[in-house]
Amino acid sequence: MADAARDIEDLIELMSRLPGLGPRSARRAVLSLLKKRGPLMAPLAQAMAHVALTARDCATCGNIGTEDTCPICADPARATGEICVVEDVADLWAMERTAMFKGRYHVLGGTLSALDAVGPDELRIPQLVRRVAAEGVREVILALNATVDGQTTAHYIADALGGTGAKVTTLAQGVPIGGELDYLDDGTIGAALRARRSV
Amino acid sequence: MEWRDEGVLLSMRTHGESAAIIEVFTAAHGRHSGVVRGGASRKVAPILQPGAQLAVEWRARLDDHIGTYTVEPLRSRAGVLGDRLALAGLNAVCALIHVALPEREPHAALWQATVGLLDALQSVPDWPADYLRWEMRLLEELGFGLDLTRCAVTGARDGLDFVSPRTGRAVSRAGAGDWADRLFPLPACLMGQGPADPRQMAEGLAITGHFLNRELAPVLGGRPLPEARARLIDLLARL
Repeated sequence: MADAARDIEDLIELMSRLPGLGPRSARRAVLSLLKKRGPLMAPLAQAMAHVALTARDCATCGNIGTEDTCPICADPARATGEICVVEDVADLWAMERTAMFKGRYHVLGGTLSALDAVGPDELRIPQLVRRVAAEGVREVILALNATVDGQTTAHYIADALGGTGAKVTTLAQGVPIGGELDYLDDGTIGAALRARRSV
Repeated sequence: MEWRDEGVLLSMRTHGESAAIIEVFTAAHGRHSGVVRGGASRKVAPILQPGAQLAVEWRARLDDHIGTYTVEPLRSRAGVLGDRLALAGLNAVCALIHVALPEREPHAALWQATVGLLDALQSVPDWPADYLRWEMRLLEELGFGLDLTRCAVTGARDGLDFVSPRTGRAVSRAGAGDWADRLFPLPACLMGQGPADPRQMAEGLAITGHFLNRELAPVLGGRPLPEARARLIDLLARL
């Protein structure tokens, strides 16, 4: 009985390490799972065990999948000559949710950071340069965060791709949909002004 | 303990799920870290970008605690994000202050110079010369200001063509004699004379880099100066 209680405490402790969960919310989640052992807990445990065994990084783009090559890289319809460079897999998923980009991706795994000593070799930048040359890519879209580290990385990649002949573009910056000018900072308004277009 | 000040944000890293630890170069309290509750949130994180000028209020129970900051944006420097050279300048300034200055030691003159330089990044085309002078000011604050007023050998005030790599003092051509090839050439822009062309900038940054490397050797522990400075020099050389 004591062992069973300890097992549950261990489960709560593990759950509390997940983002968004603390000890209290982990306890609630575990209690909920225990109440739905058949319909939820057992399939969840099976799914987690399965994914833990099969999940791996795509050897080409760095996306997470269950094969050596992720479904996006394996899909011949996505060989459009465009590569979208993102910082993290979460950003790739965000881009995929738009269903507007039909090309392939390259996940850097972070951004350059002078203070954290993250250099180009710590990221997947050399692989990107090799890939652009090898796959005959026409356009590289830098979909990196509009932060100092994100834009420093974007400029670095643009320089690194200088000799490949690929067109290098970045996402537009400016007024978000639903945004009000009065609430925007001066830098964002300035960027929007510079990126203005005819209507 | 509690104080209010104005500062330039040097770095931000997340702490736990929603907080952030920021490092701010303040006017009266120097380089000072603290926790911002909710600093990693969608609302606050965009404010906490390196180079941003902030009004900060710091609170802690004891002076040696890390304490908590409440921050209010004064000036965003998001305008430099699209300019690779200005962005490299901003990164170099933040990285050098982080490496060079001891924590919690005020450097009011350098703070003024830093704010002036960060403003110039967005508005003054010849800001690289300002950056070079800022590095000289940084050396002064570290206690190793260059003496470019007179020749270390002859005492002459004119014809100063070199800088001694040992003393940081100017040397005239006559004073240099056979030792000229062992001295740094002294670019006029380092003395605030004339425009700073790429060659002069490279010569000036080689001098400040030499003395920064030497003075910061105990802090750097065998590592080179921050990569951000090397990237700025690389971009300036390509102009």
